[in-house]
Amino acid sequence: MTPEVQNVTVFAGSSLTDAFTRAGNGFAKTNTRVRFTFNFGSSSTLATQITNGAPADVFASADEGNMQKVVDANLLDGAPAAFATNRLAIAVAPGNPKKIAALADLARSDVVLVLAAPTVPAGKYALDALRKAGVIAKPVSQEVDVRAVLNKVSLGEADAGIVYVTDVKSATDRVTGVDIPEQQQVVARYPIAVVKGSPKSALAHRFVDYLVSPDGQKILVELGFSKP
Amino acid sequence: MLKAQVAVRLGNFDLDVAVEAAADEIVAVLGPNGAGKSTFLRALSGLVALDRGRIDLDDVVLEDASRGIRVPPERRPMGVVFQDYLLFPHLSAIENVAFGLRARGVTAREARDRAGSWLDRLGVGGHAEAKPRALSGGQAQRVALARALAIDPRVLLLDEPLAALDASARGTVRRDLRRHLASFAGVRIIVTHDPLEAVALADRLVILESGRIVQAGSPAEVTQRPRSRYVADLVGVNLFRGIATTGHLALPGGAVIHSADPVDGEIFATIHPRAVALHRSRPEGSPRNVWHGRASALDFQGDRVRVGVEGEMRIVAEVTPSAVSDLGLAEGGEVWVSVKATEISVYPA
Amino acid sequence: MRPERPPLLFAFLAAIGVAFVVLPLVGLLSRAPWETALSDLGTPEAATALRLSFVVSLAATALALVLGVPLAWVYARVQFRGRDVVRALTTLPMILPPVVGGVALLFAFGRRGLFGPALDAIGIHLPFTTAGAVLAATFVAMPFLVLTVEAGLRSMDRRYEDAARTLGAGRWLVFRRVTLPLIAPSVFAGAVLCWARALGEFGATITFAGNLPGTTQTLPLAVYIALETRPEVAIALSLVLLGLALAILVVMRDRYLRAF
Repeated sequence: MTPEVQNVTVFAGSSLTDAFTRAGNGFAKTNTRVRFTFNFGSSSTLATQITNGAPADVFASADEGNMQKVVDANLLDGAPAAFATNRLAIAVAPGNPKKIAALADLARSDVVLVLAAPTVPAGKYALDALRKAGVIAKPVSQEVDVRAVLNKVSLGEADAGIVYVTDVKSATDRVTGVDIPEQQQVVARYPIAVVKGSPKSALAHRFVDYLVSPDGQKILVELGFSKP
Repeated sequence: MLKAQVAVRLGNFDLDVAVEAAADEIVAVLGPNGAGKSTFLRALSGLVALDRGRIDLDDVVLEDASRGIRVPPERRPMGVVFQDYLLFPHLSAIENVAFGLRARGVTAREARDRAGSWLDRLGVGGHAEAKPRALSGGQAQRVALARALAIDPRVLLLDEPLAALDASARGTVRRDLRRHLASFAGVRIIVTHDPLEAVALADRLVILESGRIVQAGSPAEVTQRPRSRYVADLVGVNLFRGIATTGHLALPGGAVIHSADPVDGEIFATIHPRAVALHRSRPEGSPRNVWHGRASALDFQGDRVRVGVEGEMRIVAEVTPSAVSDLGLAEGGEVWVSVKATEISVYPA
Repeated sequence: MRPERPPLLFAFLAAIGVAFVVLPLVGLLSRAPWETALSDLGTPEAATALRLSFVVSLAATALALVLGVPLAWVYARVQFRGRDVVRALTTLPMILPPVVGGVALLFAFGRRGLFGPALDAIGIHLPFTTAGAVLAATFVAMPFLVLTVEAGLRSMDRRYEDAARTLGAGRWLVFRRVTLPLIAPSVFAGAVLCWARALGEFGATITFAGNLPGTTQTLPLAVYIALETRPEVAIALSLVLLGLALAILVVMRDRYLRAF
């Protein structure tokens, strides 16, 4: 009897979209009997969905706070493991026509700035970074997740947005990234955990292990993530 | 004097009539439903554009299709009382009457005063603040008349002014209407399908059938000398059309009857049903016109029975119920018909 | 008349249909923080969103009235080639996913949209502004008004307009003093439906106008954002929307059905 194909449902922050799609394919090379269903969104939305009973097997958050919500709800099978870190960058139009060089430029009146909403991790980190830089900038919109920020910049509606380094890397043809110096950086720590009661917990744990293994880490680093 | 040559084409229907109406007469346009009466009235008032023809009021051209002249309805000096009256349901009676004055730039106060006095003149001053739905048919008609007259028109057009009323109210309202029409010094044209109404209200009838005028004249002329089946049916006489040569009337279908009238050529002939005698067997004696037929329909009307007889020519006879039983008449039964030559009225077609 | 008894299968499916719609509402009510609802609505974020939502939805309704009533009049009264196609196009936003509408608005009036540069040149910026939120709401909500008013115009007795013309009223006066009062119930019904749709608008707004408290964050956006961090505020705001929707349906009752 051949073992059946098992479906593993992964809830992951939207900044992990490219990384997890590739990691899923990498994992499937050695585990042919698995298929992944990914649900990408803002980590806060995902945490809300899981605490309200959404059938996730794995949860990967872009911040520790939202993971903590699920921990507090006593819904995890084991402790969360840090598997990646991410850093912020300023996304601007290709070629940087507005000559934005630093966070301070985001306060310029001729710069249309969008941020993620302060309720989602990317928005919170962006505010932290601006605070570290001593910049008071007024966004014209607080988008629902970091991908929406990236889209507003790539559509040309906004001149700049604060996103993850990995977002810039995934959209090199549509946006240009401007580095944020180390002393103003905010490091986003990505924890991952298996959700309690998952009928596929064995497979789910193997996927988590794969992400922290050298193979998994290689994919993440290629996409711009750093090691935890 | 209103002179109207009206040609309008609406889909398959076309109306092509010429009507003149002087200020001292009341003209009724009478015809069956679908004859084009309302279209005629709408064309006069400018709501429908003429395809051909022209409309002149005294020396003013209101419309001339060939020259592209067309005075829009709001600038024609015409008051219209519509079928169903069409009082604006959201306005009170007095506001309805004041509407035309306001549209002509009269101040609100003055329009109201004048509207109020019109309502008084028409005897509905007590209903000034009533909404149309609270008015009886007769009251609504008077408000509609007041509304049409308040703009001081030179032509008054009425479309089926009594049709919306129930039979019991019609008599009184007709009398009132006649009085009000008499006091209006302008061209008055009534459109109606009701011959009683037309005869009671108008000095001159214009008979309209299928978009064409078939007859015009005083009520007496029209009823005594019908020139169409429609009028003959209204008056209740048998009408024939044929060719007369010295008292011989040749009818379509080959029948020949004899009359005492010495008219020659294309003629109409009418025979009153009461002048048509029915017999069980071939009658003896004087009648020149005798033929054999078959009773096709018996229509009991109180103390009279109308009997349709099919034969050489179709004719309707009017007899008493006792005659029906004496003759043993039944639908499909055989019968002899006789008409005296002196009972046939003949006039040129 | 003898009351009809439904076949068992129909009764069963109808009951499921009711449950399907009602249960989520029950769920919402069961989570409602009744004791704190008022104070939740008094929080600055909720109050701001409430105020903005009223401004935006009323402005959208006003704009829809100004543009939509004449449009409905043209549809009902003017025969022109391609009328059905144009009507279908202007009805599209009613069925189009609102997000698609938002994207379409961006490509038309956004900074890099077809007409964006021209608008920019005369100093009009729509994305990320309250005006943009009004535009997005009008875009999705106007068809409700147009369809309702057109139906009203088609069912009214046009002979009243003829009567007014013969009394000396020009076309504009006829429209103002006769047509408009006669179709007032349809205009009212259309405006209420339009307003309700504008009030609930989410997708086109967030896509075209973004999400900024006090500027473009209307009630539905505030609900969505608050759901993750302050669910009690989100629920309180949802209750406001639910109450308004219910009030609208009660006010409209049979008018809603008659309009279509």
